[in-house]
Amino acid sequence: MTTPPLAGLSRRSLLKASATTVAASAAAYTQAATVKGVPSWLPFDHNGPLHYQDQQPQFFSAEQLREVEAIVERLIPGDELSVSGKEAGCAVFIDRQLAGQYGTYERLYQHGPFIAGVEPKSDHVPRERYRLGLEELEKHCQQSYQKHFSELPDAQRDEVLQALEGGKIEFAGIESQVFFEQVLQNTMEGFFADPVYGGNRDMVSWKMLGFPGARYDYRPYIARHNQKLELIPLSIIGSSAWSRKA
Amino acid sequence: MKALILSSVALLGSVSLGAHAIGGQDSYELVSKGRYIATLGDCTACHTVPGQPLFSGGVSIDTPFGKLVGANITPDTTTGIGRWSFEDFQNTMARGHARNGKRLYPAMPYTAYTKVSREDNYALWAYLRTIEPVHHKVETNQLPFPLSVRLNMSVWNLLNFSEGEYQPKADKSAQWNRGAYLVQGLGHCGTCHTPKSLLGGDNDSAFLRGGALGGVTAPDITGTDHVGLGAWSEDDIVEYLKTGANRYDIASGPMAEAVEHSTQFWHDQDLRAVAVYLKDLGEQHERPEPLAAEQPVMSVGRAIYEDRCSGCHTPNGEGIAKLFPKLANAPLVNADDPTSLIGVVLAGSRAVSTEAAPTGPAMPAFAWNLKDDQVAAVLTYIRNTWGNAASEVTASEVGKRRDALMKQ
Amino acid sequence: MTTQAKKLPGTDVVVVGLGWAGSIVAKELADAGLRVIGFERGAWRDTASDFNIASAADELRYVQRQELMLRTRQNTCTLRNNVTQTALPMRTWGSFHPGNGTGGAGNHWAGITFRFQPDEFHLKSHLEDRYGKQALEGLSVQDWGTTWEEMEPFYDAFERVAGISGKAGNIGGTLIEGGNPFEGPRRRDYPNPPTQQTFAPTLFAEAARNLGYKPFPVPSALASQGYTNSYGVTMGPCTFCGFCTNYGCANYSKASAIVNVLPALIRMPNFTAKTHCEVLEVRKDSSGKRATGIVYVDANGQTWEQPAEIVVVAAFTFENVRLMLLSGIGEPYDPVSNTGTTGRNYAYQTANNVQLFFDEGKNFNPFIGGGAIGMGIDEFNNDNFDHSGLGFVGGGSTRVTPIGAAPIASRPVPPGTPRWGSQWKKTTAQYYSASMSIGCEASNYSSRTNYLSLDPTYKDPHGRPLLRITFDFTENDLRMAQYVTGKTAEIARALNPSLVVESPRKAPWNNTSYQSSHVVGGFVMGADPATSSVNKHLQVWDVPNLFVVGASAFPQNPGYNPTGTVGALAFKAAHAIRTLYLKRPGEMISV
Repeated sequence: MTTPPLAGLSRRSLLKASATTVAASAAAYTQAATVKGVPSWLPFDHNGPLHYQDQQPQFFSAEQLREVEAIVERLIPGDELSVSGKEAGCAVFIDRQLAGQYGTYERLYQHGPFIAGVEPKSDHVPRERYRLGLEELEKHCQQSYQKHFSELPDAQRDEVLQALEGGKIEFAGIESQVFFEQVLQNTMEGFFADPVYGGNRDMVSWKMLGFPGARYDYRPYIARHNQKLELIPLSIIGSSAWSRKA
Repeated sequence: MKALILSSVALLGSVSLGAHAIGGQDSYELVSKGRYIATLGDCTACHTVPGQPLFSGGVSIDTPFGKLVGANITPDTTTGIGRWSFEDFQNTMARGHARNGKRLYPAMPYTAYTKVSREDNYALWAYLRTIEPVHHKVETNQLPFPLSVRLNMSVWNLLNFSEGEYQPKADKSAQWNRGAYLVQGLGHCGTCHTPKSLLGGDNDSAFLRGGALGGVTAPDITGTDHVGLGAWSEDDIVEYLKTGANRYDIASGPMAEAVEHSTQFWHDQDLRAVAVYLKDLGEQHERPEPLAAEQPVMSVGRAIYEDRCSGCHTPNGEGIAKLFPKLANAPLVNADDPTSLIGVVLAGSRAVSTEAAPTGPAMPAFAWNLKDDQVAAVLTYIRNTWGNAASEVTASEVGKRRDALMKQ
Repeated sequence: MTTQAKKLPGTDVVVVGLGWAGSIVAKELADAGLRVIGFERGAWRDTASDFNIASAADELRYVQRQELMLRTRQNTCTLRNNVTQTALPMRTWGSFHPGNGTGGAGNHWAGITFRFQPDEFHLKSHLEDRYGKQALEGLSVQDWGTTWEEMEPFYDAFERVAGISGKAGNIGGTLIEGGNPFEGPRRRDYPNPPTQQTFAPTLFAEAARNLGYKPFPVPSALASQGYTNSYGVTMGPCTFCGFCTNYGCANYSKASAIVNVLPALIRMPNFTAKTHCEVLEVRKDSSGKRATGIVYVDANGQTWEQPAEIVVVAAFTFENVRLMLLSGIGEPYDPVSNTGTTGRNYAYQTANNVQLFFDEGKNFNPFIGGGAIGMGIDEFNNDNFDHSGLGFVGGGSTRVTPIGAAPIASRPVPPGTPRWGSQWKKTTAQYYSASMSIGCEASNYSSRTNYLSLDPTYKDPHGRPLLRITFDFTENDLRMAQYVTGKTAEIARALNPSLVVESPRKAPWNNTSYQSSHVVGGFVMGADPATSSVNKHLQVWDVPNLFVVGASAFPQNPGYNPTGTVGALAFKAAHAIRTLYLKRPGEMISV
């Protein structure tokens, strides 16, 4: 279930939110039309990120989620540097992004005419790209291997993905490359975005890079040129340093 | 002696102070003086709803016992004070009796206003007579029974109220006495800054030593060190009251309103007098030992401070003058009662915007981001670092405040 | 539609847009006692509510999903490279990032705040004198109709309001060691000293100095210390958080209209802001020589007419020009006949880059930084070097400004690295902290074929045509890009990296990746009404009570970021209205 994203969410329900169930709200000022004199402060006013309070898929069916997990697991394989994209939550991230405004390009200009061959078709908002792409991927794998994509061994999954990337597999209704690029982009977003959005679990990618995350003050560190700083990474949700060690 | 304690505006010695005496005479200087006195007393705070006609009443005031509403004090004859005589008005200011003889509730700070001189009340009265009458009926008393029975106030008054104009102290300077007159009387500083007894009366032995009303802690504003204004100079106090900001702090919450509507318009010599008087109050304060930095709650608090607070308040708690309050050695931070600090972290707070310091920065709300124990840890760290020392804040204190704020 | 507008009581001044330019003009005119109403298409933005320090550092939201930018669904533009093509709409912002809401693009800007150089204001005359008329063949660069001496006080005023941190290179003609020796003579130093520097700009400056160049701290709107500006508003010091460009600032340290101007302005009883109100047109009287006010639509879809004695249009470049085209102000530019002025001389920025990869010994901590924290040199900018025989004019500002390195977008890897899989991951991890880049933000000189007009096909939600951009990089700029990128790469190689990747800007221009939001021109200033739209006071030729303020007035774009000049022009226009126009209202200012 989504937290209501905009107006209508009472300030009180924000108060109830704990650090692990971040709610979203638009700052109340944004509703003002005529502003005269210093706008007064509204307690708890805060324009926060959209967040989901439960773990159920918001957009994908169980089958779709399984297949997307099988893709992100190969785009970002688990190794000595980090866990895989699947374990990092990239598929959960994509699911939640598709459920929100991004999934339908709510913010984007969607008036035609759409010129064929020059830009993607009008109905190919991200939700459609996933729906069509996953359908076509399933068809392709059944035809070629009589299996789901997710049932293929690692090497074979990599081959399929490389073929998609190179446009070597014909999809109906959507170009296979468009689908691949969409998934690749969202997978990387999920792997490197703040964990508040469901991916990058335990800030795994940030730890791998040495990126300290959402810190807001490097004054004590800016003069330490060419040194490894070993900072504990910070998410919008918080940090491992925020709870008492046993 | 009275000349010492009154402002330099012409006095009224020869004017008859009888009812309706102002009628036909030219009261220009009287009205000007009265306008300034209304500013000193911050009458608009309770008697003018922002955006509504001046002094037409209706401001809701939460008291520990329930809700009171500021009266219509325009000269409207039916819903305002148009039928009142000066003596009616003087009675209200000096004794808390309304025209009909009913006793007012002490949300109207007559325990302070009783100190105001009859001459100043007369000027204020003259000024109020010039306000545009507004027909606006206000039900001032919304207290639950039995507090709604105003007779009870006579008992309260016996316990809590000592009537009488301010009497200057002969061993103090004229400036000191002017400061005392303003602070104790029109400024009604004690209404927030003096601790309250169980019945809501001022605890006079702890005058201005810090109070808590409606979930906001008003700090000790005597010259006491550690928890009071010991570190502030007279200039710091004047600058704070004049602009809302100085090198230590920036006014927010109820004090922001006091600066915005009242103290920024006070004359410089009055602000200076207030500073002289406040600095002379207070005493040595026993400084408690701070919590050891190695304690687990302190290291958790430090991590949260670095991640969420230092970006504005700076890594060493020094803050930025006129923008981000200094937390190191700050009276409010060291106050025994952390209620106000908890509220600010949870709900955020906007600092005052004044002509001289228009920025009006705001502390963002963290209720959505920090759990009770995390708010407690970061406040405990702040209260015991950089020279600060004060009691540990507990998660249950934070939880209670969170619940209370939710109900507002 | 607009004929049904309900008419409101008149006011002295309406200002369209409450970004840097509009907020400054509104403040200066309100200070003069005029009743001012400011119109803003987007929301009222407030630092603590909108940019809470706990959630401001959010790359997905602010960079990938473009939270602070204008929604293309509300308004966008169409683009094509030349007149033979059919323009397509920009459905998502790529090449540039228009803002929305109070503060405008000045909330998510980088903060680099240069002044243009003295020769820029008479560029055509200067280049023709030095290199002959043939050097400008195919270009339509021109003089601004003003001078450095006239601009300098207003640059100074803007620097005082925005609290710029930097090091003067030339005070009153005396060169100052450590500053930019190529800047015009200024009356005094910046209001704040330079900020601290991270490792990469420090290395760059050392290498540049060893090669005989004169590196200087990039002038920055990220305050180096607490600062109270000339409006009494206080900024905090920059904390180098690295969530700067594309983000709003959570600690009042990046100058913007919401931090530096609006707090003082909104207090004034003679100022009102109308947010979520989109201005549809500037109304003129029957003579066509007087603006009577504006027509706008509010958030409820109701259309209103707001009459005013003075109309100031101070939106982003694109909307300034589109409003003029939609309102029939000036003659639309026609590239075939080379007539008309509205839409003429649209120009951009030629952004070039050199990437350095180090296999060992370097840890740049690239996440520390800010949009304008860095060091630069100007030896290859504009006309600071002899262009004889080079085959181009113009140049760029060469600098290292680590803006932060949030990793969805900032993961530099050598060309040829796979885009996914184990090898991708290994290389990404290896170079995240071991690479740096040197940018060269170069000039873009206007030409006859680059211009703005109304699109014949695509419409906004109000049924009005979108703005159409016809633009490509000229041969002059492509040659320049090759040259300055080559010079930049020489400095890069002096740092002994394992790999240097040169990326000079190439044609055709497209929307696939971010280049720069420095879109300028289309309603340019000048002394000749045949080739300009506004005079040197930003007053529209033949409509004396209409002023159009912003980068739309630049006749071309030098190798500098535009905001310092946008701010200076806002002060210049306001000063002209206060001291000259109000003495003879309704007339063109003739001095």
